[in-house]
Amino acid sequence: MSDTAVAGRTLTHLEALESEAIHIFREIVSELERPVLLFSGGKDSIVMLHLAAKAFWPAPVPFPVMHVDTGHNFPEVLAHRDATVDRLGLRLVVASVQDYIDDGRLLERADGTRNQLQTQPLLDAIVEGRFDAVFGGGRRDEEKARAKERVVSLRDEFGQWDPRNQRPELWNLYNPRHRPGEHVRVFPLSNWTELDVWRYIEAEAISLPELYYAHEREVFRRDGMWLAVGDVSQPRDGEAVERRQVRYRTVGDMSCTGAVESEARTAADVIEEVALTRITERGATRADDRVTEAAMEDRKKEGYF
Amino acid sequence: MHEFNRPSSTPGTSTLLRIATAGSVDDGKSTLVGRLLFDSKAVLADQLESVERVSRAKGLGHVDLALLTDGLRAEREQGITIDVAYRYFATARRTFILADCPGHVQYTRNTVTGSSTADALVLLVDARKGALEQTRRHLAVGQLLRVPHIVVAVNKIDLVDYSRDRFEEISADIVRIAEGLGVPSIHVLPVSALVGDNIVERSDRLTWYEGPTLLQLLEELPPADATEHSFRFPVQLPIRPQGAARDPRYVEYRGYAGQIASGVVRVGDRVVVLPSGRETTVVGIDTADGELTEAFAPQSVTLRLADEIDITRGELIAGVADAPEPTQDLDGMVAWLAERPLRVGQKVLVKHTTRTTQAVVRDIDGRLDLDTLRPQHTDALELNDLGRVRLRLAAPIMGEPYSTSRRTGSFLLVDPQSGTNLAAGMIRGDEAFSDEAAVPLDTTLNWSI
Repeated sequence: MSDTAVAGRTLTHLEALESEAIHIFREIVSELERPVLLFSGGKDSIVMLHLAAKAFWPAPVPFPVMHVDTGHNFPEVLAHRDATVDRLGLRLVVASVQDYIDDGRLLERADGTRNQLQTQPLLDAIVEGRFDAVFGGGRRDEEKARAKERVVSLRDEFGQWDPRNQRPELWNLYNPRHRPGEHVRVFPLSNWTELDVWRYIEAEAISLPELYYAHEREVFRRDGMWLAVGDVSQPRDGEAVERRQVRYRTVGDMSCTGAVESEARTAADVIEEVALTRITERGATRADDRVTEAAMEDRKKEGYF
Repeated sequence: MHEFNRPSSTPGTSTLLRIATAGSVDDGKSTLVGRLLFDSKAVLADQLESVERVSRAKGLGHVDLALLTDGLRAEREQGITIDVAYRYFATARRTFILADCPGHVQYTRNTVTGSSTADALVLLVDARKGALEQTRRHLAVGQLLRVPHIVVAVNKIDLVDYSRDRFEEISADIVRIAEGLGVPSIHVLPVSALVGDNIVERSDRLTWYEGPTLLQLLEELPPADATEHSFRFPVQLPIRPQGAARDPRYVEYRGYAGQIASGVVRVGDRVVVLPSGRETTVVGIDTADGELTEAFAPQSVTLRLADEIDITRGELIAGVADAPEPTQDLDGMVAWLAERPLRVGQKVLVKHTTRTTQAVVRDIDGRLDLDTLRPQHTDALELNDLGRVRLRLAAPIMGEPYSTSRRTGSFLLVDPQSGTNLAAGMIRGDEAFSDEAAVPLDTTLNWSI
């Protein structure tokens, strides 16, 4: 972020958001003992890691990253995850939903999707790693319940969020204090929108898994979304497989993350497309958020991301 | 007609404005915020469909735009807003972060929270009711928190037949109250959030009104300029990679990371490190993108200094000319945000910039009666009270009057046991304090800050 195109000593809105996020990372690392950053290999977590690397430069990122792995991964996202972790010399903690299913601690859902199953492995890994701060890529523009989330948000000893009893967050005086057993979730991208994330990816030339850009893929239609054909997502009777030019706006459990038809081959193309789009990121691509008006609120209360 | 553009894909010229909204019960604030988002095309098709579906299910004849902003289940069920919600919209010129502060439940706590970061406070007034007690309280809170611009939207102007006389009557009341409080920048404009008059688009029914629409006004307000005050840099942490450096050139690197709270710093500037008072020179201003010759608030940077001084988190690097005096006595206005009252003798933590220290409450000098805007004697501060307290600190802080700098003039009181936030605090200047009951309105805010 070196170009200050606005006259005089005023930051552009993207520069202001970057400075705010860097400030948040530094505050939490200074005040708490054992932070961890949730890193799925998705675009928001890649941007988070990019900001963390800038915040502590020329020192290395001073915390490990954690992937809550549904086992339903896009292979190119896992590859990108591993390459990024190697490049920055980070320690990767994997909390595996598959392990929980294999040993019976979690039951596979009837619809076979696993985003909802991530909560327990996530909370266990937080306890096991004795992590006291968990950086997440959540943004307030994503969803109505997230709009009420603090930048630094307390979780009780069961990992629960109590939306009606949140600490008031004043000025830039973030308060991560908590009692033993509690932890805080920290959202440095709180004030970013999907468009801001893409503008930043373009401005900083941040590398993403290729599936964020338009590519040809075998897909089938379900619940009004294009789902990819893969090991964990097979078409049912009556769902015709087609070859289409698509891209992903989010990446999660492959079996319920939809692609959108797109011709956007670069970050600049995506920005054009996002600026014109009429459907929210989650509404377009996450089947699990569409179940009820309060689907995200309910999951967040239980300790979800 | 206001030509509204979706946010441009060339962000280079877009600036950020933080807004807080506040209003009384049923003055249509959620509808106004919904209208602002809807008319500025920040609401997308699936969000609108969901609102339409719920409006139908509730048997409403119109689409209830308030549903766009009520995020929690309890809020939708009870038709109220509980907590501050953050909204985002953008025009070609500006990106807005809007803190939507509910009016009924804990309005002081919510308005204080929303106002603390706001460049502009948008207050709603019902055209049928005019300026209420609560309007005055909100104006007082806005001024107390030193929000640079206050915008009063006189809503439901359609319900008074778009009466110019009625608008001018309300406008005169508000300007008089605002002047009494010392509000530096006040704008009053007529709107109808339900119908959409004068929010984004001009209205044929308000031909007598020649000023800007609400959105035009918000696009044009100058953002707070923290570069006018002197250089202040609270140190967040030292950066010393040593053996962990990924690049061997930086093994010996030593810098101090922080976000500039106010002012401008240049390479070669003489600075003082507080509270120790040691002076040195800035030899480098670093970012991960490279070195800068100059940096300004609110940039996050890392400073290198000429002398090997051992500096830790919580120290302040300031320009030598007018550096603040470290002090262990804190005199401030606080907004009490906790259920349990504050009493003299209580132990608290004070969080000021990057420094947290223990403190004891020496005195509670009174509370501000928001109905009369006059100080009253009290032994304790209750939830939502605004009061003046004196604290003795275990370690010095480098504070300045809040009226000079929102960043170095603000503090939190924190519960040492639960860790929760108890109060929002603002450091007082040297203004004379009077606890006489008969303080006239126009000097009240001198009392408070």
